[in-house]
Amino acid sequence: MKWIKLTTLGLIVATLYGLLFFNEQEVIRLCKLGGWGFLFPVIVAFVFSIFHGAFTSLFWDALGVKANARDEDD
Amino acid sequence: MDTSSLNFIDLSVANIVFLLFVGFVGGLVSGFIGSGGAFVLTPAMMSMGVPGIVAVASNICHKFPKALVGAWKRHKYGHLDLKLGIILGLSAEFGMLYGANLQQDIKARFGDVGSNLYVSVAFVIVLAIVGSWVMYDAWSLYRRRAAEHAEPTARLAKWVHGIRWLGPRFYSHGAKAHIPWLITLPIGFATGMLAATIAVGGFIGVPAMHYVLGLPSMMASATELVIAFIMGLGGTIKYGWSGFVDLRLAMIILAGSLFGIQLGAIGTTYVKPFMVKVVMGSIMVMVLVSRGFIIPVYLSELGWISPIAEGSAKLLRQVSFWIMVAALVGGAAIVLGALIRGMRARPT
Repeated sequence: MKWIKLTTLGLIVATLYGLLFFNEQEVIRLCKLGGWGFLFPVIVAFVFSIFHGAFTSLFWDALGVKANARDEDD
Repeated sequence: MDTSSLNFIDLSVANIVFLLFVGFVGGLVSGFIGSGGAFVLTPAMMSMGVPGIVAVASNICHKFPKALVGAWKRHKYGHLDLKLGIILGLSAEFGMLYGANLQQDIKARFGDVGSNLYVSVAFVIVLAIVGSWVMYDAWSLYRRRAAEHAEPTARLAKWVHGIRWLGPRFYSHGAKAHIPWLITLPIGFATGMLAATIAVGGFIGVPAMHYVLGLPSMMASATELVIAFIMGLGGTIKYGWSGFVDLRLAMIILAGSLFGIQLGAIGTTYVKPFMVKVVMGSIMVMVLVSRGFIIPVYLSELGWISPIAEGSAKLLRQVSFWIMVAALVGGAAIVLGALIRGMRARPT
């Protein structure tokens, strides 16, 4: 189950980065808009952090790099 | 300012790999000490040809989602004082705006060199005072063989907890005491101002939360991530409004730093509390030395001291930059070392 979740999140993250770089010119144009265009980088950064943050957490967990149980129980 | 003329650089594979690496190492340090991983990113991006303001804006844009993920991770380990983080974060936002305006004024009056000199002098003064104190404290804790997970509350913090004449107070579960609101204002403001000046507000925020407000160092470093999130979001809105954020750069750094910040946060669960101070103090002192090398160059360029030969100035710049890189890599190595040792010693 853990590996399915990890793979799914990995694919979502890869898709997000793919979209960002395959549409590079449009991304640059939107970044330079200014004004309320600030919402674009803010929203994209939030979305990336949610999926990529969840992916990296599971990634280290899958590799056996886990927090010390003593502190987790605090 | 018309941003259409701004150069958003073409990214090469080498540039991407470099940014991923710097992001990872920076994230590792930030996850461990709450901040401190971002200060080489701006010069690193500028060395690739990214205009200064775009480098600063993109750096800030990667910081707030990184801080969010780091704060969430540390919250799960019970390290976070969310209420205090939000309170300090709000006053830090004002400090950041004030610091950014001050920077602009200095730049308008003395040009880029004057602005760089101001940043370097701020580095040296703050790091000399706070860095040496943090190192001294870490050393004395180590020598006293302080109990594994207990840290004595600083004398100043005990005094702050006893203040009842300074207006309304709130309860901080991190400090396990009531703290006057007014005490938090200068701390948050100074943290924000330092963040706007040298990109690492945590060099004031973390020691102040520990020594003045009485949070354990582990909680201070985690709570700093909340402040970094609030400041980073505010900074991104400010720079995004002017069209300076290069999202490609920000997301590449984020890709590396999220791997790092998770690892750094996990690392905190394996070390004794004084290790946070050791890593933070070591980085501070090395960055102080790094900035010390560059100050004569700026003074010479401003004509305030006799001119330094071009070759010598170039050498001083390179020495300064590489000491800064060594500070970050050295800090990351300590964190990784502690994590590996801790995991090996863990009963299976």
